[in-house]
Formats: sequence, structure tokens, C-alpha cells
Amino acid sequence: MTQSSLEIWTIIILLGIGTFLIRFSFLGMIGERPLPDWLLRHLRYTPVAVLPALVAPMVVWPQATGGETDPARMLAALATLGVGHVTKNVLAAIGAGAVTLYGMLFLLG
Amino acid sequence: MTASPLGSAYWTGFRHGAPFLLVILPFGLLFGVVGTEAGLNIAEVMGFSVLVIAGAAQFTAVQLMVDQAPTVLVLVTALAVNLRMAMYSAALTPHLGGAPLWQRALAAYFLVDQTYALAQARYDSRPEMTLGERLAYYAGSITPVCPMWYAATLAGALAGQAIPPEFALDFAVPITFLAMVAPALRTLAHVAAAGTSVAVALTLAVLPYQAGVLIAGLVAMIVGAQVELRMGNRE
Repeated sequence: MTQSSLEIWTIIILLGIGTFLIRFSFLGMIGERPLPDWLLRHLRYTPVAVLPALVAPMVVWPQATGGETDPARMLAALATLGVGHVTKNVLAAIGAGAVTLYGMLFLLG
Repeated sequence: MTASPLGSAYWTGFRHGAPFLLVILPFGLLFGVVGTEAGLNIAEVMGFSVLVIAGAAQFTAVQLMVDQAPTVLVLVTALAVNLRMAMYSAALTPHLGGAPLWQRALAAYFLVDQTYALAQARYDSRPEMTLGERLAYYAGSITPVCPMWYAATLAGALAGQAIPPEFALDFAVPITFLAMVAPALRTLAHVAAAGTSVAVALTLAVLPYQAGVLIAGLVAMIVGAQVELRMGNRE
């Protein structure tokens, strides 16, 4: 990370304020009126829309291998997704991913 | 003291919040470790967990900072991850809207995924709760969750400096995100949104500063909403 301390704190404080304003939006305005359907329909998908975009390049072209596709990391990602989907349990999914990653790194040297 | 309705509501919230420690503790630890490994000092790592108090957005911001994304893009992308909280805020307003402004502001600050899910379920199942009981339940559910988020982050930041690179912690962030996304793939619309997100992000990976992430997120939201519209929202 090459950002200066000033840039880092700018990000932290603005992200803090922005996040608070999102959380305070309706509670703050006492918005008893319901959100329009079209908006709710889009908000519902924010986590599954943004997080995979962030993860996909890290899985396919990991920085630790200099961008070479790595079978250990790929399999770990699939194990995490699979176990997470079946068990609906975040911790079990993280555990499955970590075990697969370390196991494969050990096996493949 | 559990004889008083407020005390009873508080401790019920506390009991309901306590199991989330199993998620909060490792997740906070991990953020402390990853933030420190990325080059943040302890004050900066703690600044994130105390001022932002939103794990996924914090990881997103740190990842984009490591990738040298410009400040504006870091902020916009991390805030996009938090947009779902506007939905939480709207959903709790009918239940907590009668509270004084400072209490609503405090509730907003602590409005995380776990406390939202608990409060929504409790308020829906017990419409006879008074405003005071609702707030007491909310405060109770926060007590085991949020302070331990700070503590776990601190522990992770202190430990992070001691963890060698052989542990492949570079992959902790992708695994954590995938673990959060996988259980959320409940409907065809969610799967379509996630698939679109991956496809667009990989296609646009050549764009500088991770700009592809934000574009992929927006396109994927639209796809999710459109699929839902055509399919009906089948859970």
C-alpha cells in the first residue's frame, strides 16, 4: 500500500460517514413511506453483485503467484462456494476453503 | 432485574446476539491480520472497524487500496457494498421511527447484518412490543456483537505482524467473500447476479484501478432485479 497516512485517514473517515448516512437514511428521516419496489429490487442484490466481481480476478489471477492461475487457490474457491451453498454456514465455508487451500499447497508443494 | 420488561427484552436480545460471536470473532481477527499485512498501522485498522463497522466494505476498501485504486473509486465501491443497509434502515423505521433522534442515530451506527436480521425477525413476530422493549432488545443484541468486533480486530492487528507469508493469507479475503456470497445464492436471480458479476469483472479486468468491479456490480444488480421480475421472487 503506497497511500499516505492522510489519504488512508481520508478514506476511513469518508467511508465511515458515508456508511453511517446509508444506515441513518430512513431511520433519520422517519421514512414511514415504503421504498419503491424497483429500488428494493436492486438493493436486494448489492452483496451478490459486488463481492463476486471483487473476488473473481483474485481467484483466477492471484497476485501471490504473479497472476498465474493456481489450481490450489481455484479448488479452495470452489470448495468454499460449494460448502457455503450447501450448509448456508459462513464459518464452515471458510473452514472448507482454508483446509482445501493448505491441503493443496502441501500436496502440490 | 429480569423481572422488568426492559431488562427482560435486553437480555433476550443479548442471548440471541451471542451466537454471532462465532462469526464476528474470526472475521474481525481476519480483518486485523489482512489490514496489517496490507500495510495499515494499528490505529488505521482500528479506525476502519470503529468508524465504518462493516466487515465486507472494510475488506473491499483495503483490497482496492492495495491495488492502488484512486480514493474516489475505493469509496464508491466500498459504499456500494453497503447499499444493502439502506434497505435495513427502511425496514426498521416502522419499528424504531418513534424513538428520539439520538437513539435512532445510535441504532443506525450499530445497524449491521446480524443486528438487523435479529431485530426484524423479533419485531415481526411480536408486534405487541413497546418502543422501549424494541430498543432494549436491539441494545441487547448489539452488546455481544459490536464490542467484540473491535476487540477481535485489535487482536488480529497485533497478531498480523507475526504471520509469515507461507500461510498464503493473500487468499483469506477471497475465501471470506465467497463464504459470505455462497449462502446468499438462494434464488435464480441471486445466482444470475453473481454469475454476471464474475463474467463482467473478468472481462473488464484490463481496466485500470479496478473500475471493472463497480461496473460489474451495477450490471449484476440490474440483471438480478430483472431476473426477479421475470421469475417472481421465489425463495
